[in-house]
Amino acid sequence: MEPLPGMEKLKRVTIVAESVVSERIQEDVLRLGAKGYTTTHAEGRGSRGVRASEWEGHNVKLETIVTPEVAGKILKYMEDKYFQHFAVIAYTIDVEVIRAKKYR
Amino acid sequence: MSALDLVQLNLLSPPILCFLLGILATLVKSDLRIPESIYQALSIYLLLSIGIKGGAAIMASEGSAFLLPMGVAVLLTGLMPLWTYPVLRYLGRLSVVDAGAVAAHYASVSVVTFLAATTFLQALGEPYEGFLPALVALMEVPGIVVALLLVQRISGKSAPLLDSVKTVLAGKSVFLLLGGLLVGIIGGERGLLKVEPFFVAPFYGVLCIFLLEMGMVASRRFEDFGKVGPFLVVFGFLMPIIHALIGIYAGFLCGMTRGGSFVLGTLVASASYIAAPATIRLALPEANPGYYLTAALAITFPFNLTIGIPLYYALSGLFFS
Repeated sequence: MEPLPGMEKLKRVTIVAESVVSERIQEDVLRLGAKGYTTTHAEGRGSRGVRASEWEGHNVKLETIVTPEVAGKILKYMEDKYFQHFAVIAYTIDVEVIRAKKYR
Repeated sequence: MSALDLVQLNLLSPPILCFLLGILATLVKSDLRIPESIYQALSIYLLLSIGIKGGAAIMASEGSAFLLPMGVAVLLTGLMPLWTYPVLRYLGRLSVVDAGAVAAHYASVSVVTFLAATTFLQALGEPYEGFLPALVALMEVPGIVVALLLVQRISGKSAPLLDSVKTVLAGKSVFLLLGGLLVGIIGGERGLLKVEPFFVAPFYGVLCIFLLEMGMVASRRFEDFGKVGPFLVVFGFLMPIIHALIGIYAGFLCGMTRGGSFVLGTLVASASYIAAPATIRLALPEANPGYYLTAALAITFPFNLTIGIPLYYALSGLFFS
């Protein structure tokens, strides 16, 4: 499907991470090429019941809009660095944005 | 005082009763929750208050009587992984990283256990050295570093040591304790006088609410007992008693009072469940938090708080008569 007039297609990457690694991931995302991100406190349940810092902080959900190339880099990095030992999930979705320059 | 009287004196103090109340709240599935921001504020209050009072006490004390106990306490926590690791690895058959992670927790200390020990002494009317809060701050770090070094040595894998030291030092417990000490040292007794109505008088009331939360946090992990296996449960009860004896004897050798030696023993017996888990989770991510957190938080901490403290005080009678 073609984007709406004046809009451009980009990727939104969403990462949900346990609090102990959330600050690192925020730095990682910027270093890998994102221009910014939005975080929200998150709660939930997954395959890892046990967390070292469960009463020290919430999970964090991070969202960032990036080019497909940067999105690929971020997901690969999450896989290499975090998936094995930490409670982290990451996925992307297509989004249409106005003023796409802001995210490049 | 008989052993039973000591246990009673400890268990019937409001802070410990509140801890038990917290456990009860979890058992009856109460909807009681301490909001996270309140819990954070209370922990900041407690840490800063201990630091300031300790700093003022250092200034009030004559001479350098605190140097020897401080050196011995740091050395002791640094050495602890050297025997806890082999016990965990070979008797407990834990993996290298799990044994190292658990050893790191037992070689660090618990501030709340320290508070419970000093509360107990105050109820007894037994004096102790005012510089003890400085010991708590110093004893949090070395054991964690040595345990990480051990794992690095044995597994040949590099753990991010410098990062870990930074995490512990910049972590709020060490930062606020050391920062509070500085504030207390610089402000001196006159400075303490000004903040006394806030930092001293309400202290035990705040401790009660904090322990209520800790009771809930610890008891939520009770169900994990089955997962850690019988060895770690026994370890969580027995190792603190051995460590307490070592600590009390070390205090005795340094010429500390009976009260001070008892507190040092209790510190050595305690296991960290705030500074150490945060550090270990990042430095040894493959270690299972189910082992180290359950042992430190759900076994050793409640044991020390209820039975351990009066027991260690009674044991200190072996050296001080």
